[in-house]
Parts: sequence; structure tokens; C-alpha cells
Amino acid sequence: MRRWIERQRCLVDFTVSSLLRRRGKNLGLIVVYTIIIFVLASVMLFSQALRREAAAVLSNAPEIVVQRMVAGRHDTVPAAYVETIRAIRGVAQAEGRLWGYYFDPGLSANYTLMVPADRTVEPGSAVIGHAIARERNGLPGTPLFLLSERGKMHKFTVAGILDRVSDLIAADLMLVAERDFRSMFAIPADALTDIAVSVRNPREVATIAAKISRILPDVRAITRGDILRTYEAAFNWREGMVLVLMTGAVLAFLILAWDKASGLSAEERREIGILKAVGWETSDVIRQKLWEGALISLTAFLFGYALAYLHVFRFDALLFEPALKGWAVLYPRFELRPSVDAFQVGTLLVLTMLPYILATVVPVWRAATIDPDVAMR
Amino acid sequence: MIRLTEVTKVFNQGRHNEHHAVKGVTLGIEDGRVTVLKGPSGSGKTTLLTLIGCLARPTSGRVHHGGRDISGLPERFLTEIRRRTFGFVFQRFNLIHGVSVLENVMLPAYPLGDDHGALRERALTLLERLGLDGKGEAKAEWLSGGEAQRVAIARALINDPQVIIADEPTANLDTALSRAFLTIIGELKAEGRTVILTSHDPLVCEADVVDRVVAMRDGRLTERELVEA
Amino acid sequence: MLFHPATMALNLASLANVAALVLAATFGVRILRHWNIASGSEGQLRLERQTYLVSTLLGIVLAAELVSLFLFVYTADRLSVMFVGAMCAVGTLNASVYGFPALGLKIACFFAAAVWLLMNAVDNRGWDYPMIRAKYGVLLLLLPLFAAAAAVQVAFFADLKGDVLVSCCSKLFTAGGSGVSAGMATLPPMETLTALGIVLAVVATMAWPARRSPRWALAYAAVCAVLFAVAIAAVVSAVSPYIYEHPHHHCPFCLLKAEYGYIGYALYLPLFGGVALGLGVAPIQAFRTRESLALVVPAASRGLVGASVALLLVFALVVTATIALSGLRLT
Repeated sequence: MRRWIERQRCLVDFTVSSLLRRRGKNLGLIVVYTIIIFVLASVMLFSQALRREAAAVLSNAPEIVVQRMVAGRHDTVPAAYVETIRAIRGVAQAEGRLWGYYFDPGLSANYTLMVPADRTVEPGSAVIGHAIARERNGLPGTPLFLLSERGKMHKFTVAGILDRVSDLIAADLMLVAERDFRSMFAIPADALTDIAVSVRNPREVATIAAKISRILPDVRAITRGDILRTYEAAFNWREGMVLVLMTGAVLAFLILAWDKASGLSAEERREIGILKAVGWETSDVIRQKLWEGALISLTAFLFGYALAYLHVFRFDALLFEPALKGWAVLYPRFELRPSVDAFQVGTLLVLTMLPYILATVVPVWRAATIDPDVAMR
Repeated sequence: MIRLTEVTKVFNQGRHNEHHAVKGVTLGIEDGRVTVLKGPSGSGKTTLLTLIGCLARPTSGRVHHGGRDISGLPERFLTEIRRRTFGFVFQRFNLIHGVSVLENVMLPAYPLGDDHGALRERALTLLERLGLDGKGEAKAEWLSGGEAQRVAIARALINDPQVIIADEPTANLDTALSRAFLTIIGELKAEGRTVILTSHDPLVCEADVVDRVVAMRDGRLTERELVEA
Repeated sequence: MLFHPATMALNLASLANVAALVLAATFGVRILRHWNIASGSEGQLRLERQTYLVSTLLGIVLAAELVSLFLFVYTADRLSVMFVGAMCAVGTLNASVYGFPALGLKIACFFAAAVWLLMNAVDNRGWDYPMIRAKYGVLLLLLPLFAAAAAVQVAFFADLKGDVLVSCCSKLFTAGGSGVSAGMATLPPMETLTALGIVLAVVATMAWPARRSPRWALAYAAVCAVLFAVAIAAVVSAVSPYIYEHPHHHCPFCLLKAEYGYIGYALYLPLFGGVALGLGVAPIQAFRTRESLALVVPAASRGLVGASVALLLVFALVVTATIALSGLRLT
């Protein structure tokens, strides 16, 4: 065992000096390799960070949301349903919610208007999210005019701006008083947008959602898990798509790797001949060349991953946002919380190092089987 | 004792450029002696050397090392035997450029997994013995002809082999350095090692230190002269 | 779920594996027909040169296979959030009819890969490649296994859809259910632990004579196989409840989660490693009579048995520690 370790140590020593001797050839390869890893790692880190954000945000969402459906479309729900739901065993809390979308023609953007449950908004005023504040120059005290669907102009005075902690959902939010909301959207006093339900035992969520759907046949009960799953699926799918699109680049890289490994200069050939003549065996040469590949891979991986980390968490993933977030005018600017996941690192290693090693195996073998008596001539 | 029996080596067998380098050579190399294979270029002496030194396998015939038939061994084990038994000094020295003298000397021992520190010590001792102390860190391509040859000899000795093989050792040296080389050979012989040389340099073939000269032509042995020291 | 990066990585590794094995198998057929170590012909020399390539390729691909078992389980665990009702790897595996078969085949591949790699390592130490025909013969037999595992794994990931309702591990590993998993969960914990203890003791005592005698070494390999089955049953029926501190939570996959300190890996890695090394002794012993392996086989057997026992003792220690430190007391 000690011999094996010493042997590897000697080989690594020699490998490092070999790589340094052929700096030009190896540098090009490392640069390309690093770029590939940079792109792949950026995608994975970014998606992971978004997932975490979504999960964190959703952790505050109600466990079940009950919406009324008319002809397959979302309609208002009668306030009386709240009591019916409260009466179901296992339900901890049921609250009606009022919220809706407002389309701002000037910006071609949608705001979300909402009547908050946890704070009171003065009638005639509004608390707005950062994106709205930014686009409409809304500072506290300034007026904000919204045109309702009825053609009436409503004036709101900006009472405050929502903090940036979770901009992902709050950027385009506008909190208003119930009276203003109902007047804006002409919603009668006994109607609600939907009902937020919280459940005592988290394991019962699915059962209770089913019960609600049974008792009130014209509603659908959406669980938090459903939403989480949908987000996960969307992120997975998009991440996967980008990775698949990278396949072309990865293949090109593998061809480059094969080429570099095959293109032995006369000097390299001579070296291998000498090594074999002085007592290195074919498998020793293969091992040394595989170590070369491993060291190149590890260097590229470290640099690529570090750069990706900086790119995503320091520079907010400048290069990717449009593809992964979707298109929206009201664009939240938020900071992704840095996180590194061992699982992800492992996956990335398999996705990059394994193909690289496999691509270089045949050229390495061909190099290693040079006849030693070549050195004698 | 190294014994070759009806050894033949054919290159590119079955193809249009088929070449018989060695034809039916039967030879015994005695331990502890200096043997020279003499002959013009193309006589097959270098090929014979590769067969004796386990660098290649004969197409037919048998090679015995100390009674053991090694001709059928696959490359892996030929290499193992070669590593432990033989030390090679090539005609053009064949040092690796860009690598220090010390590392060149240590290279043959890398696959054996010896302790790195001890190996380094051995290498330094050898360099010192051959008058090269202080040159350890020099790059191999900066050495003069004589120095390069001595580094090649040091490299050949790193695994403490029983047999030293040198191919045309004086081809690139002047008379003074050739004599110096023969002195080193004498020292190695005094240590009990076997030495096998190829040469067509009369300085080598007629040297006192040489015990036997084997003449070759066209892949075959011609007459053998026994020159007792 | 073919576009998740982890599933892509696993599928890539599996397909690369099968491709390499097919290549190796065609080479293996040539070996079986033409290999003749005594001949110095060009054909034989070419075969010898090519064994280096095939050997290296197989080494890389089978080593990746060893890792991919654990990556597979980890992925299944991570994907569980996608399925309603799933809380651990069991949920993901249940979401498709291919799930558990994929796992079973991968476990089989793990052991097959480990044993083959061990055979290869020993073969390389004999000067006339004594085991080469057996090696490639075995490889030809294993090719269907690896191909099946890859196919089922790809089918599994392709078949996974987010809108499937799955039963959680608590349903699968309880007394009410049917099948092997429920059977294991209902085994009386104390008796199963005792059985485990006994088998471990047998393994440990066998290690001594196994280091010297070939017959004992073969018996050791057999006992390792038995140990594997007993250990898994014990983990399900007895050790899991202690770790979860809940008498009815028997799931062997929830152990791998972060909230339990990833203790599952501390249990499974030594267990799998120890059993794999122990199993490897058997094919090696079959070649003890070859001259070139006369010294190699005893040394290799000793090494393997020693390492195997060491790992299994680690496993035993972890089991004991978790039971001792657990807040639960089962009777």
C-alpha cells in the first residue's frame, strides 16, 4: 500500500513537471475546459439558488389555497365558503384573500394588487414594491394613478415601499385597503379572490385538500406542495434544456481533448520511448498520462467552478438571467444567497471529467504502446 | 549467465519490407565479464542487444536468464526483469530534456514505488561517484558530451543492476573521454557486474578491460575471438 | 425526468459503461479464441498491447459504476420532492414500476464490478496473465446484467412524471403491506439484531483461518453473501427505528438524509465495501493452483479478507453506536 502511494506520488511529481514543460499545448486545453465548466457550473448554481429562493418564499405560503372555478376559469369565491372550510376537521385556519392583477398600459406591465392580512393600509394609500417604485418613480407621499377596468381613475398615495428581502414575488406588489380594492375591481362585499387554508398536521394536507374539493365541488384546492413541484419541474426542465444545448460545446471540447492527447510531438514520442527503455511499463505510462488528464481536469474544474461561483453570486449571473427567469418588464433585482451543494459538485464532476477521461483513453494508450526499442534507433 | 539459443528477430513479418535483423544466433554471455559485440552498421548488433536486454522479444528461439526462459514473457514482466537486472546506456544518451539531471537519474525507479527520499540519496551518491556532484539541478540539455554520458551511466545504475548494456558508447566521444569511459567500465567490472557493449571502435575492442569480442555480420555471428584480460 | 442534471450524469455514466463493456466483450471473444501467451507472433503481441487499452477502459468505467450506485440513491432522495407523498428515495423509486428493479440491478452491478476489478488486479500480478480467459469469460456473462441495469435505469428516469401519487416509505415498510420490504420490517428487531451479531461474529472468526487456508477463504466469501442479506434485514427491522427513535419507522433510505447526519452512508459504505471485498476472495482462490499466482493468491486473499473484516467491524461499530446512543428502547 505504501508502495502504491509512493508510486503515485512520484508519478504526480513527474506529471506536474511534464505539464509545465509543455505549457503552450496544455494551457489552451485548460482554458477551453475551464470555460465549459464555468458555463455548466453557472447554470447549475443559478438554478439551485433560484430553487432555494422559491422554496424559501413558498415556505410562508398557505398550505392550501382554495379557488372557485367557473367554466374551467378562475372566478371569485363566496365569503360563506370560509366558514364551511373552517368547520372541516384538521383545518387550523381559513382566511379569505383579496388580490388581483392590474395591467399598466404605460409600462406594459402587470402589477399584483393585494389587500394584506397582516397590516392595515389607509384607504386611498398604497404600499408598493421596489419594481413599481422604480418604474413609476414612486416615493412615499407621491401620488400613483391607476385606471380601473370601468374607466375610472383611482388615486393612491404611496405610503411606503416594501423591503427587498424577497423581491422575487414582492417586486410588483401593491398593497391597498379593502374598500379601494373592491371599488377598483368592482368586487361585491360577499366575494373573495381565494381562501388561504392552514392545516394542523402537515401530513394531512393532501387529505384535507381532497375533502375540500368534495364538499365544495365548484372549487379547486391547490396545495403548497403542488406549487413547489411545479416550480421544481420548471427549473429542472429549463436547467436541463440549457445543459442539453451545451452538448454541442461539450462534444467539441471532447474532440479537442482527443486531438491534443493524440498529437504527440516528436519530443514527446522520444520521451515516452526513453521512459519505456529505462524501465517504465506500458501501464506506468498510461497511469502517468491519466494523471496528466486528471490534473488538467482538476485545475480546470477548480477554476471553472470558482469563476462560476463569482459569476452567479457576485455578479448576479449576468449572462443567464434572461434564459432562466423568463421575460418580464418589472424585473426584480435580488441577491442570490450563496450555496454550494456537494451533490451538484459530484454531478458536475461526472458530467465533465468522465467524458474527458474516456475521450483521452485511446490516444493515451496509443502513446503508451510505443515500442521501447524506438529509443535505441 | 545469459544464454541465447537460435534466436531470430524479424521485423514487419509477412509484409513487403520484411527484414531479418538477427538470424539464428546462439551465444552465451558470462557473468562478471566485459563482452563487446563488434560489427558494421546493419549487422544486427543493436537488435541483438535489445534481445539480450529484454527490450524486445525474439520472433523465434529462446533467451535464458540465469537458467530461466524469459522469451515467452509478456511485456509487463520483461519490463520488471529489465528494470531490476539491466541498466542501459544509449548511444545518444537519451536524457529527457527540460528535466533536471537528478530527476533523469531517478526516473527508472519511479514505477517501483521506492521511498522518494532514499531514492534521491542514491541518485546523489551516484552522481558524486561519477564526478558530477553539484550538477544535480542542472537541466539535462546544458551538459557536455562527457557529462551527459556519465549522467546516462548514473541513470543506468540507479536500480543497482547486475548487467550494464551500452550501445556504441564512444561514438560521440573523443579519445580522452573514451579512455575515461573505459576506466568506469573497469570499475563496474571490479564490482562484479556484467558489461555488454556494442562498438566498432578499435579503442574499445582492443582495450585491456574487454574479456571477449563477438563479431557479427548480416545478423549472424562470424568468428569469435577470445581475448583474455 | 430525463433533463435533470443528475439523471443526465447517471444515464451518461451507464451508457458509457455499456458501450465500453460491449467493446470489451468483442475484444474478449478474440481473446478467448486466439490468446496464446507462449507464442511470440505479431498477432499475440497485438492482443497483449490491446489488453492494456481494454483493461484501462474497464477499470475507469467499472470504478465509475461503483460510485454511480451511491449517486443513484442520492439522486432518488433529492428527486423525492417532485412527487406527491414522497419524502425520501423510496417515494421516487415507487413513482415508477422500474424504480426498485433499477436499484436491485444497480446493487448487483456494484458487486459484479467490484469482483471483476479485484480479479483484474490479481491477474495483472501473474506473469503470464493466468486469469485472462476467465476474466473475459466472466465479462461476457456480466454484459447482459450491465445492459439490463442501464436500460432499466434510463427507462426509470424517462418514466418518472411529477403528477404521480406515491406511497411513502411509511406505507411500504410497515406490517400492513406485502412483499419483501414489509416482510423485513415485521421481523422482530431483537432477534434480527442477534442474528446479525452472530453472523458478524462468524465472519470475524472465519477471517483468521481464511487468511491461511483456501477452503476457509471460499467459505468466508459465502458467509459474506449471507451477511449482506442479514445486515439489510437488520437495518430495516432493527437499526432504523433506533436511528429515527420511532418504533415504526423502518425505512432504510431516510437514513441517508441530512437530518439524520447522513448516518446511512456510515452504515452502507462499510457494509457494501466489506461484502464486496469478501466476495472477491472466491474467484481469486479458484486460481491458486496457477504457478504464476502461487505467491500472489495467498497474499491477495489475506489482504482482501483483512480489509473486508476491518470494514465489517466498522459497520458493526456504527450499528452498536447508534443503538447505544439512541433514545429509544425496544424490547
